[in-house]
Amino acid sequence: MAQKKFVCSVCGYVHYGDAAPAVCPQCMQSGVFVEEKKKGIDTNSNTYTFVYATVVVIIVAVLLALTNQALKPKQEANVKLDQQKQMLVALNQELGADPAAQYEALVRDTIDRENAKPGLFRFEVDGQTKYVLRLHGAGLWGGIGGYLALNEDKNTIFGINFNHESETPGLGALIVEQPFRSQFFGKHIRNAQGEIVSVAVLKAGTMAEGQEQVDALSGATITSTGVSDMLKANLAEYSEFLNVLIGNPAPAEEEIVESDNKED
Amino acid sequence: MALSQKTKETLLGPLNANNPVVVQVLGICSALAVTVQLKPALVMGIAVTIIVAMSNVIVSLIRNSIPMRIRIIIQLVVVAALVTLVSEILKAFAYDVAMQLSVYLGLIITNCILMGRLEAFAMTNKPWDSFLDGLGNGLGYAWILVAVAFVRELFGAGTLLGFRIIPESWYVANGGFYENCGMMMMPAMALILVGCIIWAHRSINKEEK
Repeated sequence: MAQKKFVCSVCGYVHYGDAAPAVCPQCMQSGVFVEEKKKGIDTNSNTYTFVYATVVVIIVAVLLALTNQALKPKQEANVKLDQQKQMLVALNQELGADPAAQYEALVRDTIDRENAKPGLFRFEVDGQTKYVLRLHGAGLWGGIGGYLALNEDKNTIFGINFNHESETPGLGALIVEQPFRSQFFGKHIRNAQGEIVSVAVLKAGTMAEGQEQVDALSGATITSTGVSDMLKANLAEYSEFLNVLIGNPAPAEEEIVESDNKED
Repeated sequence: MALSQKTKETLLGPLNANNPVVVQVLGICSALAVTVQLKPALVMGIAVTIIVAMSNVIVSLIRNSIPMRIRIIIQLVVVAALVTLVSEILKAFAYDVAMQLSVYLGLIITNCILMGRLEAFAMTNKPWDSFLDGLGNGLGYAWILVAVAFVRELFGAGTLLGFRIIPESWYVANGGFYENCGMMMMPAMALILVGCIIWAHRSINKEEK
């Protein structure tokens, strides 16, 4: 077709014809039409737009898929190493130059849980058996997790380590720091009757009923509550395991003591 | 330097007279989120600088072939692909950094400065100029972030980059006279500080109006 294409420079109205209209019928301005010359491909046609979008998406998809595939083994190795490091920290070990070897030297057993995620590990540290449980829960902005190391009695906390995806730096993110973590050392997850009651994370000045407690972080109430809930929920999940080996002391009939193990 | 006047302005303008944060007031959202401490602010600044410069170059290279109607989508695809790529590479080769950046990396995609520069500059300029523009804007964003984080970490926690600046013995808890300003930890304080910087900046640059 010999028709020319004119585009309104104000509103984008397109007119096909031999000459440009004096007034744009859409925005009522005069003398605004610019002739669009065809050079090569029309980059504004529908076909071009569709093809362009498809090609771009395919290129990007292939690129990302390839990168992902190529880097996956390395990333998984990193994740694994990171988990081993975290477990070593939970076991109060100084991280050496080769954490992987350090881990191998201490680990004795990995116990698979039913849902296929190995969450339980048995270690031997200085001749003593320690159990490490993997924790996962929710903080303020995203997931939080960690590793809890218990002594052989499956009651006393030997060490603990936390990690988080996106807690507020300087507030909730302080759960990974030593001052918060070290509060847990030596606390007991069972009450006097031997039931698993976890350890509460509470504001200073509040007392927990029938369980031991540590101080929450100021300015990070939701993260602290998240840690508290995570410990409780996860320990309940592990309760079967925690009770099997030492046997749960029968629900205390012989001595009904009002839980008097509030140590602080 | 062998830079022409125009190139110089492209690169250095965004640092002061045309700063994306204090003049155009873009990218405020992340300025609130990552400035509680100096370290994440620094890392975020560097990451944004790299991503803006790279995406500016890519969009500038394909600017003549992009269909006008879907140009924003194409720009977004370029940015998102770049950010994903960088995050994958970091996860494989610098795992610690990747963990620290976790959310911030994703946040870069939504940073208004990126879309602003792509739409306003890269779509109409050559790759080299676009690269300089991206670099300049990224750095202009970074120094504001660092300035805000400096004040917030110093007065909010008494530390800089995690190192203690204000001695422990000054604190009331240890028998001293000093206490951290809890307000500094709140996101609102970042806005107030950015406001102060804008105020100072405008009064210094008054004659340019």
